[in-house]
Amino acid sequence: MPVRARDTDWEGVRLHVVTGKGGTGKTTVAGALALALASSGGRVLLMEMEGRQGIAQLFDCPPLPYGERKVAVAPGTSAVPGGDVYALAADAESALIEYLEMFYNLRPAGRTLTRLGIVDFATTIAPGLRDVLLTGKAAEATRRRVKGQHLYDAVVMDAPPTGRISRFLNIATEVSGLAKVGPIRGHADTVQRVIRSPETAVHFVTVLEDMPVQETLDGIAELRGLAKGGLQLGAVMINMVRPTALTDDQLAAAARGGLDRDELVLGLKAAGLEGSLGPEGRNDVADALAAELGEHATQVLNQREHRRVLAEAGQPCYDLPLVTDGMDLAGLYRLAAALREQGAA
Amino acid sequence: MSSEGTKAPPRLDTDRLLDDPRTRIIVCCGSGGVGKTTTAAALGLRAAERGRHVVVLTVDPARRLAQSMDLSSLDNTPRPVPLPDAAAGSGTLHAMMLDMKRTFDEIVEAHADPDRAGQILANPFYQSLSSSFAGTQEYMAMEKLGQLRRADQWDLIVVDTPPSRSALDFLDAPQRLSRFLDGRLIKLLTAPTRAGGRAYLKVVNVGFGMLTGIVTKVLGAQVLRDVQTFVSAFDTMFGGFRERAEDTYRLLQTPGTAFLVVATPEPDALREASYFVERLSEDRMPLAGLILNRVHRSPAARLSAARSLAAAEALLPAAGENSHPANGGGAAPADATKYPLAVAALRLHAERMQLIAAERRLAQRFSAAHPGVPVARVTAQPEDVHDLAALKVIGEALSRD
Repeated sequence: MPVRARDTDWEGVRLHVVTGKGGTGKTTVAGALALALASSGGRVLLMEMEGRQGIAQLFDCPPLPYGERKVAVAPGTSAVPGGDVYALAADAESALIEYLEMFYNLRPAGRTLTRLGIVDFATTIAPGLRDVLLTGKAAEATRRRVKGQHLYDAVVMDAPPTGRISRFLNIATEVSGLAKVGPIRGHADTVQRVIRSPETAVHFVTVLEDMPVQETLDGIAELRGLAKGGLQLGAVMINMVRPTALTDDQLAAAARGGLDRDELVLGLKAAGLEGSLGPEGRNDVADALAAELGEHATQVLNQREHRRVLAEAGQPCYDLPLVTDGMDLAGLYRLAAALREQGAA
Repeated sequence: MSSEGTKAPPRLDTDRLLDDPRTRIIVCCGSGGVGKTTTAAALGLRAAERGRHVVVLTVDPARRLAQSMDLSSLDNTPRPVPLPDAAAGSGTLHAMMLDMKRTFDEIVEAHADPDRAGQILANPFYQSLSSSFAGTQEYMAMEKLGQLRRADQWDLIVVDTPPSRSALDFLDAPQRLSRFLDGRLIKLLTAPTRAGGRAYLKVVNVGFGMLTGIVTKVLGAQVLRDVQTFVSAFDTMFGGFRERAEDTYRLLQTPGTAFLVVATPEPDALREASYFVERLSEDRMPLAGLILNRVHRSPAARLSAARSLAAAEALLPAAGENSHPANGGGAAPADATKYPLAVAALRLHAERMQLIAAERRLAQRFSAAHPGVPVARVTAQPEDVHDLAALKVIGEALSRD
């Protein structure tokens, strides 16, 4: 497969904002997306916003400094070698110092300010400032050019959770309440232009459970409001999807506890599990397995309903399989491959 | 660190905790998505059924929780929750959801004369502080907790903690806000507007000039003026703020409080739980135990994953050809066997046994690091919580372990 010959769903998107409810695997999916994007060669930056060092844990490397550092090489194809994934743990303090340096040549002052606690102070009296600085860093990395070329082919942002995402992305409005004029306002406007350009898309990570699905739908609805301002909604990435080996009929039967128990018992006998036959011909293993099938079926059917509701939201959905044996690099590569197969990257 | 051969942790007896009249406050904490809010609600319900007069304070604006408690919505005032089968001797249950801005406004209204209160409420800086300062939610949760405790209308308060990005925020935020409002920086910045500003001017030095210069540069002069106006209007309330934050902090350290750390048997959640346990002990907060939520079990635990997979394999004609037992599910076509149902059941079971083993390893690792921490396990429910009946089931699961 030659480089860039495939069509993906997000041609032209260079800043991928990944949000999701806590516990849905947002960081993992962001990492997988970065790997998937890097698979066609090139250079991808994965950014963390919350200072939890989740990326370092994910890629099994030492804690990330405030600096871009290579964390993985994406799997290539026979035609193209895989690209590189860089990572950055962004924090508002470093971003502010960098900002002061860039615009006012104030780096030495920056240190003093940190010592005085002014950074904490500034981000406190203007809460939007923190967000402007963090999104500003992402916007800067997205636009950065070296010799006329974009340094990064794509930037993936492990963004704050769904509950905070619209405020996080709606910077200009947030800041305008405080700073009506002045440089930070100007900076916010620049960042806002990047966030609201066709180069940026906001993806939601969810699992097929009540609360995460509800929160995803709420988040999509909320961002739709902002979409009028140019914000582009991305995909719904359904994480931890478990396949089922049961047919629809079996699922329906299992869910209402009406599975063909005899068929199960025959199978278990054929498999040599006769030793587990209980007293008086009662096969407690069959009962237990039937109960497990029942729970599984209930879950699968609930998940189908959740999936239907999600699909109604009208955004593309991708499935990421559940990795049962612990999330490590191998698992991450598997997720990245799944994303590529479905055209996400 | 060896995970094998570790002693089983002591069992956390939640019923005993709920029944003990000395337990006045239960704080559920843990990372996002582990079921803190549901656990808090389930504990509240169970305590009420066992005779306590309970109020559940949630900071999570989850509509489902309100629905599951038969309330159309939760707001900043405790609302009575009708108990499903209120028997003689059962207590009462109230629930409320924290509205941080409302709570902050109420404090201002209660502690300032109407003129001044109006001034504060209209200040853009106050509006920003009260609705989006990173620590305000945590601070107001503490403030509300203190209020509920002082109201003395309930004998048990169950509270969950804000979905902070890190467990630390919840303990730090109150002090951070009070430090901020009472801090040297704000005094320096606002010195000129205060009476006796001259005293401050003495300490005004190059640093101060640079400070205001930069704040003005970055945020604009208007922001600084707003802050100054706010601070001079808010000045008299500063002391009270700090005092109450410290009171609540101390209240949490008393034996009447029980912290429950909630986690799911997953690496991230347990890592956060570990961190929280250490932090609570550093702050001398009374930790009651760990609630391990959504633990998987099997009714056929004696049938191992390996044996189950082998049995499934035996039912496939071309065993080993295209089956991927490691993946657990659906690799070989179902029509390759005469017993598709048994194959599916056995694979599903193997997958569950692997999951159970992984969860157990993680739990053991936690208990090896924190051997004294009692643990209660709550079995994963196949369906989400929709109503009081489901909450009740969780409360029962909690007590049964």
